[in-house]
Amino acid sequence: MPLAAREVTGILADNLRMRGSVLPVPSRRATRWATQMGLRKGGPTVLYTGMMYRVVPYVEGLNRLQARIAGTPLARYMWAARLANKATRGYGMTLLARPSAAERAELGRVPANVARLLQAASVDFGYLYEDDLYTGALVYDLGSDEVVGEHARRVAATLRKHGVSEVITIDPHTTTMLRSVFPKFIEGYDIKVRSYLEVLTERGCPGGPQLAPRSGAEVVIHDSCVYARYEDVVDQPRQLLAAAGVKVLEPGQAGRQTWCCGGPAESLYPDKALAVAAKRAEQLRAVAPTCVTMCPICLVTLRKAADQGLRVRDISEFLVMARAKS
Amino acid sequence: MSTVVSRVLDDEVGHLGVFDADACMNCGVCSAMCPLGTDLLPRRVFRYAVLGMKARLHEQSEAVFSCLLCRLCEQNCPASVHITENVRLLRRWLLDHPNEAR
Repeated sequence: MPLAAREVTGILADNLRMRGSVLPVPSRRATRWATQMGLRKGGPTVLYTGMMYRVVPYVEGLNRLQARIAGTPLARYMWAARLANKATRGYGMTLLARPSAAERAELGRVPANVARLLQAASVDFGYLYEDDLYTGALVYDLGSDEVVGEHARRVAATLRKHGVSEVITIDPHTTTMLRSVFPKFIEGYDIKVRSYLEVLTERGCPGGPQLAPRSGAEVVIHDSCVYARYEDVVDQPRQLLAAAGVKVLEPGQAGRQTWCCGGPAESLYPDKALAVAAKRAEQLRAVAPTCVTMCPICLVTLRKAADQGLRVRDISEFLVMARAKS
Repeated sequence: MSTVVSRVLDDEVGHLGVFDADACMNCGVCSAMCPLGTDLLPRRVFRYAVLGMKARLHEQSEAVFSCLLCRLCEQNCPASVHITENVRLLRRWLLDHPNEAR
């Protein structure tokens, strides 16, 4: 494999082992939204973000850094970058991958959006604040199972410490890690895991009857591969959007046949990722000028590939907006 | 470039997890559907693994690591091969065996 790919994989795995996340973010700032909402700490049911909506803008920042280095003599010295990252105290390469304030702010709104929706549905839940740990999804995908197994046991022990028996997730990657991957690494793992899309739908699309007037929005839906094909979450976002008065249009490939956003290739092969994303953006743009996503990786990747003819927004924005109008 | 055909690689990857690449019947549905548009993933890579062609597998490491793990191929695989998990296990083998290109 190319040296750079090996070293990038190594840096992400080193960070997960040493710092608890592929690119650690300051937890106080990342959980400020929960403090402001006054969410209780812990409890049997918790909202669990896995920091994905916080980490993805930093991963994007790292990708931009790599793109600048690629093809230059510096690319041959990625091994040195890995050593420096290991030797550095604190946040390591996160400091070099810092995204813009606008990027952080937009994706950072999603956890609060979800918390408001759950509160409106009368779901009793707490939050783990600094113990809302990244689950290791990216490192697992790259094949570093030993590192992920160790990290999974750390996350599970943290959940046990807080007396958690059920988690409500907000993105597909955290959902599949906690629900389908962790049981492979941890004997007796029995945490109940559901996406907030599933929880809200099980509650009969709460907010639906309350959501008046109808939003009148019309969107094309982009299914997450992980939600649709790994976790069988296909109908729920459609039902919730419909209840919020949003007209959902389907692209040629949707549901279990959805077309990937390209994002999973971004860290190692950004050109390939962008090519896949551009094709998907074109498919979506042919249906409607506004696209709704339910994954931070899809959101960032499609937005980068889309030109001005396609707006890409997270599903929680539509659901909260509809509530605000009710 | 010479290659040695053996079951060693299939066994080595099989020790890392459930590896069912030998269930692949090489029909090509996966390659036809892949969003990356390559004809390498995953059927040809699986054949290299099953036949123990370590050098060829190393040559194709970019294909293995660029796979999106999106499961569009797996969703449509007529032989129900666990394609994405196989690819993930091959990544793990490549990471664990960086110098076994021969």
